[in-house]
Amino acid sequence: MAHSTDTIAPEHTTAHEHDDHHDHHIPSGIKRWLYTTNHKDIGTLYLWFAFIMFLIGGAMAMVIRLELFQPGLQIVDPNFFNQMTTVHGLIMVFGAVMPAFTGLANWLVPMMIGAPDMALPRMNNWSFWILPGAFLILLSSLFMEGGGPSFGWTFYAPLSTTYSGDSTALFVFSVHIMGASSIMGAINVIVTIFNMRAPGMTWMKMPLFVWTWLITAFLLIAVMPVLAGAVTMVLTDKFFGTSFFNAAGGGDPVMFQHIFWFFGHPEVYIMILPAFGIISQIVPTFARKKLFGYASMVYATASIALLSFVVWAHHMFTTGMPVAAEMFFMFATMLISVPTGVKVFNWVATMWRGSMTFEVPMLFAVAFIVLFTIGGLSGLMLAITPVDFQYHDTYFVVAHFHYVLVTGAIFSIMAAVYYWLPKWTGKMFDVTLAKWHFWCSLISVNVLFFPMHFVGLAGMPRRIPDYALQFADFNKWISLGGFAFGLSQLIFLALLIKACRKQGEPVSSQVWEGAEGLEWEIPSPAPYHTFETPPVVK
Amino acid sequence: MSEQAKDNQKMVIKLLVIVVGMFGFGFALVPLYDVFCDITGINGKTANSAAVYTAIEVDESRTISVEFITRTNTGMPWEFRAETKRIKVHPGELHTVNFYVRNPANKQIIAQAIPSVSPGQVALYLNKTECFCFNQQPLLAGEEATMPMQFYVDPQLPEDISFFTVQYTLFDVTGKGDSLAVKDNPYLREQPKSGT
Repeated sequence: MAHSTDTIAPEHTTAHEHDDHHDHHIPSGIKRWLYTTNHKDIGTLYLWFAFIMFLIGGAMAMVIRLELFQPGLQIVDPNFFNQMTTVHGLIMVFGAVMPAFTGLANWLVPMMIGAPDMALPRMNNWSFWILPGAFLILLSSLFMEGGGPSFGWTFYAPLSTTYSGDSTALFVFSVHIMGASSIMGAINVIVTIFNMRAPGMTWMKMPLFVWTWLITAFLLIAVMPVLAGAVTMVLTDKFFGTSFFNAAGGGDPVMFQHIFWFFGHPEVYIMILPAFGIISQIVPTFARKKLFGYASMVYATASIALLSFVVWAHHMFTTGMPVAAEMFFMFATMLISVPTGVKVFNWVATMWRGSMTFEVPMLFAVAFIVLFTIGGLSGLMLAITPVDFQYHDTYFVVAHFHYVLVTGAIFSIMAAVYYWLPKWTGKMFDVTLAKWHFWCSLISVNVLFFPMHFVGLAGMPRRIPDYALQFADFNKWISLGGFAFGLSQLIFLALLIKACRKQGEPVSSQVWEGAEGLEWEIPSPAPYHTFETPPVVK
Repeated sequence: MSEQAKDNQKMVIKLLVIVVGMFGFGFALVPLYDVFCDITGINGKTANSAAVYTAIEVDESRTISVEFITRTNTGMPWEFRAETKRIKVHPGELHTVNFYVRNPANKQIIAQAIPSVSPGQVALYLNKTECFCFNQQPLLAGEEATMPMQFYVDPQLPEDISFFTVQYTLFDVTGKGDSLAVKDNPYLREQPKSGT
């Protein structure tokens, strides 16, 4: 049965629109979600979990900004402030950004490559359901005597080994569980992409979101075990008398930083490569042109991933490395801006002379390109060894990584949600609310993070609950921007609740005029089971 | 088991091997780091065992300034100072410098001194024939000791280096290392008063 469309012929999908014979095995209510092995259900779980974590981590950021609204110590005591910066970072990295990308991968990768589900559905269920436990452990440690982890999300030794509280054990176990979850998720993505592509879906026909996630998944299985090793060493140093990072026992605290950043630098690409994939899906749709330089996008992603393993020590320029090593890490870091520049160039070239329209996903995508590039440029500044001595551990660094993570990774996740939400629910979301969400977020996020560049260059240190008086005006604005950005996300929450209640206009299967790809060939909302018979990709 | 499931299982096993391998690699980084630092000397760590001094030609044409600084780690109550703050040496000459320590606490403390040389690459050329840092040092309450360090600078020291600093940090390792009897300490200034 050959339905002939121009490039893609999905088979049997129409049959499933009226055929729910699989669905009557599904338990209803809470059991449906606990026992589900369906990639769409698990994707939804991941995305809601990530959003809840985003709100919790955001609430912690509000505490930080409230304390920094004016100089002096007024709202919280310094130890609690440190717990807020630490747990805010851990939650946003491991609880919000990474699970959101995993949720998108669960929803989209099988639909994009014409597979009926993920390759390992039972493991998929486990990899999600161990996550809430991990974060329950981490968050409950905040209520322990002496408080939760307060050594920064980077848990440098000896802060985490000598000067930390008993909650360190809970921190270590929760990171172990998060790591196990990420590794299982990554294995699932790799096996799905390698073994379950529809006939004719060759490597170089794969949508870029699939490509970037494949490379991300390899990064994950390469570095999450190293993180697990690092936290294990912290655990044994603290509680079992080993001396991995203790100079008195023959260890070396600087070695902690090497091991941590060997994980940590690939980790930042884990949090941005899927974003590159999302933007590469969205921009061609609303520019109504094919993506410019598809192959170069694939190679650029792979080069960024490989280079990410040889730049870790640019986080450590001030530890007293020899000049030769500083030069090496400086130039290797700057080299990454070449493939990244290729990507930005390709997106701009895709838009060039396109028939552009600015629906909400495109608004977020364009904002991503501009603001991520600002974050990339400040990254390039930080890569320059001699000036890094001035920037190190200041608010300039905070500005840099929030531009690449908030207006980069998180804006891309929001763009992705707006882009695929109608496909998931079958209804168009509330566009007015979405535009309010976009413009409020865009303006407030810049009020929030842009002045951090200035206070950072002027020498305001990060992770300190008080500051010199000359930074007071900027910090007031930064805090106001922060509160506005936090409140703007409640608009998003309202919109998502409306969307989940299936309010709104029904959409066609293609949803967006210029959208191309297998996921736009199936009906909206996407049926519970799709591509049980693989489509043929020509 | 279907063909697909078999393929998936094979792939999962391969990927798990990578995961286990990378977990091991994380720990392998520890010895690798030490070996790398030993070979390149970039960490400023000097050798942990005594070098043997063989009569080598003293390079009288070069004079190197060596500075000694001392500190105690947080929570370590000992007094610790270099009796020689600065010394000028010719490469190849054997010199001895002394360090003074006193335990003002009212209990026995075992110390471990950790050296660090700056610039780090000098670590490869600084040869110690004797050093208190090779062993843990126990002192009873109120005891004091003079601890020697004997060294020579390798004449191969790069031309551009004419000055370097050796720093010792004293760590309190009481109860963490081997239990040492104080009488084993060869550097004691005076025998502890018998508590009669």
